Amino acid sequence: MASGVALVLVAMLVHTLFSKIPSGATTCHLINGVKVCHAVFVWRFGWNIVFSYVFNTFVLQGVQMTLFVTAMSMLIGFSLGLVLAVMRMSTNRLMSGIAWLYTWFFRGTPVYVQLLIWFNIAVLYQNFTLGVPFSHAWIFYQINSNSLFTVVRAAIFAFGLNEAAYFSEIARGGLLAIDEGQLEAAKSLGMTRGQALRYIIVPQAMRVIIPPSGNEVISMLKTTAIAVAIGLPDIMYQTENIAATTYQVVPMLITACLWYITITTVLSIGQFYVERHYAKGALRQLPPTPIARLRQDLSRAWQAPRRARVSR
Amino acid sequence: MTTPMVEALGVRKSYGANHVLKGVDLSVARGEVTVLIGPSGSGKSTLLRCINHLEKHDAGQLRVDGELVGYQLRNGKLYERSERELCTDRAQIGMVFQRFNLFPHLTAIENITIGPVKVLRANEEATRTKARELLARVGLVDKDDHYPSQLSGGQQQRVAIARALAMDPKLMLFDEPTSALDPELVGEVLEVMKDLARSGMTMVVVTHEMGFAREVATSAYFLDQGVIEESGDPRDILVHPKTERLQNFLSKVL
Repeated sequence: MASGVALVLVAMLVHTLFSKIPSGATTCHLINGVKVCHAVFVWRFGWNIVFSYVFNTFVLQGVQMTLFVTAMSMLIGFSLGLVLAVMRMSTNRLMSGIAWLYTWFFRGTPVYVQLLIWFNIAVLYQNFTLGVPFSHAWIFYQINSNSLFTVVRAAIFAFGLNEAAYFSEIARGGLLAIDEGQLEAAKSLGMTRGQALRYIIVPQAMRVIIPPSGNEVISMLKTTAIAVAIGLPDIMYQTENIAATTYQVVPMLITACLWYITITTVLSIGQFYVERHYAKGALRQLPPTPIARLRQDLSRAWQAPRRARVSR
Repeated sequence: MTTPMVEALGVRKSYGANHVLKGVDLSVARGEVTVLIGPSGSGKSTLLRCINHLEKHDAGQLRVDGELVGYQLRNGKLYERSERELCTDRAQIGMVFQRFNLFPHLTAIENITIGPVKVLRANEEATRTKARELLARVGLVDKDDHYPSQLSGGQQQRVAIARALAMDPKLMLFDEPTSALDPELVGEVLEVMKDLARSGMTMVVVTHEMGFAREVATSAYFLDQGVIEESGDPRDILVHPKTERLQNFLSKVL
């Protein structure tokens, strides 16, 4: 019963996705000298339009930009987040306090607001200078805020710093999951805290850290879409631009969705292999890859009838 | 007279109001095998962990190879040693844990080579060759590429001993090395330890294995409630205990 209902609902979904509706226009032909007219039907979801724009040069540029901003933001997020996690776990109160404060601020304010602040930072500071603190006399390097925080850099900064706050908590969870005996064993070999973290603790913590990090990467990929607010030429910006000139709003939204979901799929596959890599030693036998599993199933299906024949 | 390998004078350690070591004196000569015995909570593991400064002692003097542990005497004042100095000190002392503490993400041979390669900056190829020899020495040929999870408890503990030996330590500390093992696996680990003792390694062993203590150890210390109640030749004190506490303890263990 329940599966019957589910099946009907799925059938309805597939049908509506691939149904055609009258466009309101009619087209007429002359057949054997007689004029025959009929309504014109179009895809409800505008698939033909979607597919004519999926590989549009501007859309592809947008894809490139989205990937670049996501990758750079995650790079900042992961590295700064790991540093923050280690600082937070430090016995030094100043260090752990700073890390706590950072997480408190960046988790406590909307990323959208942070994005706009970085983009408008020139209002607060006209220049960024490198020099001796609290002195205006010794300045080694100075740069205008607007040339430092371009649209792309503002987006990367905003997303990266925000991500670091979230990732630091994920990393801290991973580090806490490792038995204290591991640190003691590393110390007894004469390793410094840094060496123990790098060679012993972090590689093991990765196993715990990766599944939620995969989530973060996928979440970041889609969050970058809000950078349309500052005019970042990403997937969202490019598809909206095309929609603005062609009035094909829904097909362009679907085009954007298609790209986001495709990249997400690729990332999920990547996550599977990364998880498998860090499972070394934790499992007696690594799980088979999907390809190996498919091969296994096929060979079993191939052998089953032969075996049946032999037994008969 | 040569300086003893380990020397403790009035060593104290407490966790808050809990006094674990209440002034412990101990001396271990070079090449000697010393066992620390006593009921759980008597402070024997804490004492062992103070020797390589995994725990910081609060008072008293603790010397390894004539040098103060964790502190440095300069112009009549004691200074705490920096983290890097502590690491250099620890690298010369091997330690074997009750729960093995092998690195589960590394194979047996990687567990052994990581110390020399990363800490001592030893040549990787030479270290691997040496690691294979050590594995053979602890009776584990052909287990190079096994992960700890693929080894039995006894095999894991033997890899852990090989890991400590790879650093060429001048002193080996054993913290109840057979307590987490199934009874039938205890023998293989003790065998490796006996072999090590015969080779002249200085060893301090916290153990409940009275047979091992009598057979291999050259001296024994009985700790109870943070003080050393009795010490001497294990063949003597473990057979004819003088104090009532040791008599009680032995009657429960044996």
